[in-house]
Amino acid sequence: MMRDERLWMALGWIVLALAPWWLPWLGGYSALGTKVLVYGLGVMALNLLLGFAGGLSFGHAAYFGLGAYGAGMTLKYLAPSTPLALLAGTVVGGLAATAFGPLVMRRRGIYFAMITIAIGQLLYFVAVRWNEFTGGEDGLAGFSRQPLHFGGWVLDIRDENKYYYVVLVCFTVAAWIMRGVLRSPLGHTWVAIRENRRRAEFLGVRADLYIWAAFAISGTFMALAGALNALLFNFTSPQDLHWILSGDFVIMIVLGGMRNFWGPLLGALIYIVAQDYLSSVTDNWMTFIGLLFMVIVLAFPRGILGLLRRRGKAAA
Amino acid sequence: MTQLLLFNAFNGLIQGAFYALMALGLALILSLNSVINMAHGGFLVIGAYLAYVFAPYVGFAGAIVLGPLGAAAIGMVVERVLIRPLYKRPDPLYTLLLTFGLALVIQDLTRTIWGPTGLPFEVPQILASPVSTVFFFITGYRLLVVALVAVAVIGLFLLLRRTPLGIRIRAGTLDLETVSALGVNIYMLRALNFALGCLLAGLAGVLAAGVLGLTPPMGNSLIMPSFVAIIVGGVGSLVGAILGGLLIGLAAGITTTFYPAASEAVIYLIMLIVLVVRPRGLLGHEGLFE
Repeated sequence: MMRDERLWMALGWIVLALAPWWLPWLGGYSALGTKVLVYGLGVMALNLLLGFAGGLSFGHAAYFGLGAYGAGMTLKYLAPSTPLALLAGTVVGGLAATAFGPLVMRRRGIYFAMITIAIGQLLYFVAVRWNEFTGGEDGLAGFSRQPLHFGGWVLDIRDENKYYYVVLVCFTVAAWIMRGVLRSPLGHTWVAIRENRRRAEFLGVRADLYIWAAFAISGTFMALAGALNALLFNFTSPQDLHWILSGDFVIMIVLGGMRNFWGPLLGALIYIVAQDYLSSVTDNWMTFIGLLFMVIVLAFPRGILGLLRRRGKAAA
Repeated sequence: MTQLLLFNAFNGLIQGAFYALMALGLALILSLNSVINMAHGGFLVIGAYLAYVFAPYVGFAGAIVLGPLGAAAIGMVVERVLIRPLYKRPDPLYTLLLTFGLALVIQDLTRTIWGPTGLPFEVPQILASPVSTVFFFITGYRLLVVALVAVAVIGLFLLLRRTPLGIRIRAGTLDLETVSALGVNIYMLRALNFALGCLLAGLAGVLAAGVLGLTPPMGNSLIMPSFVAIIVGGVGSLVGAILGGLLIGLAAGITTTFYPAASEAVIYLIMLIVLVVRPRGLLGHEGLFE
């Protein structure tokens, strides 16, 4: 089982590393591949909270957007440095998630979802109305990612293929850390709280503090994804904080399979390719996306990986 | 200055009345159906556009009645076809996502059928003119809005207190299993309750159309404050939903006078303050929906 999984991971990584070669051949482009990785990283981070700790956050776009604005504003107002921008975006989003965590950490289910939505909207309106600093409704433009300097050697990541590899490295490191967290006592405690919060509390676990940790960690990696996204398009707008994007994140997770570490990445891949394709062929793509939501919820609530796993068990 | 303040406060109260109507419907559906209805703004839009379609045939008064009834009928079908299969899954995640998808579909279809630009909703001339020259902002229509919201709220409370249906709805909120064991058809009960919630959303839509005009995304700007109204008032309390709606509407209106850019953010700031001071909202009970 273990060796099997390693083999799959190695295969998957080779496929990802070669993406700039095979993507154009399938009719894609490397920015699309980068977007899948960025969103994949974001939804895998959200899934730490949603799928493993059982906290239904419907407002995680807020931290994605904060990461994006943090990175964009650093480049625009502070210093032309890509690593600094990524760091600033991640820290800003992570701190915000840490600050808002205590408001939701004792809530569950419906209450948790509604409060996270509303917090997201607060940040959305700050971005829309704080015109002179955020660019308001038109979004924040006028910044661009800068070449990376390693001593004397310069990597010009303004090239889309090279930026893809920067994102792939960030994705790999972040996924490795998140996987480590899930395998640590912290991750196992999250699952215990998800399965039976009251029992965990009787055993002496401070469930609220663990949920706070999940909220903060997942918000931090979500902010990293947001920062990478802002640098991908050299642009960000209040839509990156909107609750519609939060909904997109959650459906990607459910589509891929929320009980599986890699499920959200698969969900992001399918959802983003579908959205990209639909919006190029029909004006009514929103209707099709909405119908996709309903079909997933009614027919595939366990997601694709959940479905495959059940088939596998039935066969074995 | 005083007049400007009064003007904005009155506007805020009207806006708050819409929030309260929306929040009441959301709270009803939340407590008996255990559904966070993200499509509630969609039902508001359906009510408003149906009234726009009916108005030339049945007149203004008829449209105000038929629009919400149409929204309720569509709501009942939606509950039967899409939401009923999900009751057996206790996780609120699934109904949340389903109604979210539904909201996208409703908004897109409205845009396709009636176009992306706003349509005017004609209000009879006699209602559109101001009642007095000093208080130019008090038109007959706005007074009608206040009166109709009051009638709807009183009617809802009479329904919940005095009729068998209302008593069953309240009992079902506390313990649906026992209500079912006593021989009540809880499938029908939940369907009627969902339709009742959509009726209130439709009414909010018709009334809002007369003030704000009709646009496909008009529900989006009203649904989020309605969630906040519920959180501020306390999840599970209908009186709290009304109180919360009026409170945040008034606060937004007053803020407009002094610092217009913060008029939306203030709604969410009130929510944060309430959550810190009274984590379960103004009138919420411990342990409900957690």
